[in-house]
Amino acid sequence: MANFFKTSVILLLSFWLAVFVLVPNLLVLTASFLGRDESGFINWSFGFDNYLRLFDPVYLRVFGHSLGLALMTTLTCLGLAYPFAYFLAQFRPSLRPVLLTLVVVPFWTNSLVRTYAIRSLLAAKGLVNNALIASGLIDEPVRLLYTRSAVLIGMVYILLPFMILPLYSAIEKLDRRLVEAAADLGAGRLRRFWHVTLPLTLPGVIAGSVLVFMPALGLFFIADVLGGSRNLLVGNFLKDQFLDARDWPFGAAASMVLIGLLFLFLSAYAYSLKRFAAQDDRQAQ
Amino acid sequence: MTKLKSTYLALIFGFLYLPMAVLVLFSFNSSKYGIRWESYTLEWYRSLATDETLVWAAFNTLLVATLAASLACVVGTLGAIGIFRYRFKGRAVLQGLLSVTLMSPDIVMAVSLLVLFIALHVKLGFLTLLLSHTTFCLPFVTMTVLSRLEGFDPHLIEAAEDLGADEWQAMRQVILPLAMPAILAGWLLSFTISLDDVVVSFFVTGPEFEVLPLKIYSMVRLGVKPEVNALASLMFAVSLLVVSSAQCLLQRK
Repeated sequence: MANFFKTSVILLLSFWLAVFVLVPNLLVLTASFLGRDESGFINWSFGFDNYLRLFDPVYLRVFGHSLGLALMTTLTCLGLAYPFAYFLAQFRPSLRPVLLTLVVVPFWTNSLVRTYAIRSLLAAKGLVNNALIASGLIDEPVRLLYTRSAVLIGMVYILLPFMILPLYSAIEKLDRRLVEAAADLGAGRLRRFWHVTLPLTLPGVIAGSVLVFMPALGLFFIADVLGGSRNLLVGNFLKDQFLDARDWPFGAAASMVLIGLLFLFLSAYAYSLKRFAAQDDRQAQ
Repeated sequence: MTKLKSTYLALIFGFLYLPMAVLVLFSFNSSKYGIRWESYTLEWYRSLATDETLVWAAFNTLLVATLAASLACVVGTLGAIGIFRYRFKGRAVLQGLLSVTLMSPDIVMAVSLLVLFIALHVKLGFLTLLLSHTTFCLPFVTMTVLSRLEGFDPHLIEAAEDLGADEWQAMRQVILPLAMPAILAGWLLSFTISLDDVVVSFFVTGPEFEVLPLKIYSMVRLGVKPEVNALASLMFAVSLLVVSSAQCLLQRK
């Protein structure tokens, strides 16, 4: 009886993940090496053509542009979120859960709805333009929508909570006595931050960066709603390849590049955690 | 806490909440165009209720969210109990697969699921949407339940076994009641992620089965309309309600 229960609960979860995660990804991997026939479907010719085609300047520009935007988004989120999480962790403990809930709510709220909210603020007759005109900074409404900055603002707005939460949990765990010890030993503010605080919270920084960078490559609707179609991102590219152009093998190759990036990030994360574990062991001895 | 720090926190919270606040406010504005405030009205909410395709899309969305959250809770909770209780070959692989599912960008999952359904000749629509949503909700439930199970005293289960409880009784009378707040929180979170999803739904649903986020997507691309303000405000209200209940459940010890 016990064994039956054990086997079935383990099999149920394994089966689900195998069918809906493992197999689909293997299918994408396989498709990325195949060719495409006239009817728009795959044919069984094995090769690296799809990957080589990604090096075409047109597609390289898409990837370069998308990676650049994702990097900008990640850095902006990091710059805004680090002090935020740091101050939040210093806040009165009684108020912290409430404030944390306030961070979590946007994290779970429909991101399309939130993108739309940003759109109405940035519109020609939107609040931002009206405020700028009222303050006398500009006379005519400026074009904010359909620009690169609009897409960046939208990305940061949607993804900021994803950076705050892992950073907060890393900073909250930080042993403040270590920072104090550095201060007692004469380290200035900057050196304390650079040599103590930052390295100790690095796992949070990496986790947050993965959670921001990866979706930033794929959120095609943000570019659609705020930037028009000219700002082509990997997400929009994949959408086109799979749903419009129906060049699946090519889309699959691009998708594999994203998966490759994800694994690169995850191993960096695992490595940083391992290094910390090793340091802890050394300290313990 | 210095003033400067509080101001900074307030600024970021302002950035996170101001756009939504403005949106909700203007969903009650009677002016159809422009952003100038005229007067209070419920007209846009009324016109939503009379739009039949929108009401159907809302029904579909809630149906998929409810079923996907429930299915993810059954599979996810049992799986979490399995991972917590037993040591077996491939346990690490299973956990690895769960965190990859949790971390993998929506677009990658969307692409792979589309390829799977087309390869299996499954018609895109309700079923494909339900299976996909259950899949991306699954790791959230498993992780939430697992972290709760790992938080409590393992002696409780040993005590139950010493008192003669078999596997089934231990599960029903000890593990499940202890894990219940996490299961409920997992359900609520799954429900909101399902409501939230645009990317995966965009890939795996068919023309006959319309859901609200995709409906909003096509409306939004055409421009800002007051009805969309009302619809977006409603969805925001639902998320707010569901997420704060989940937070309460998770913070209660």
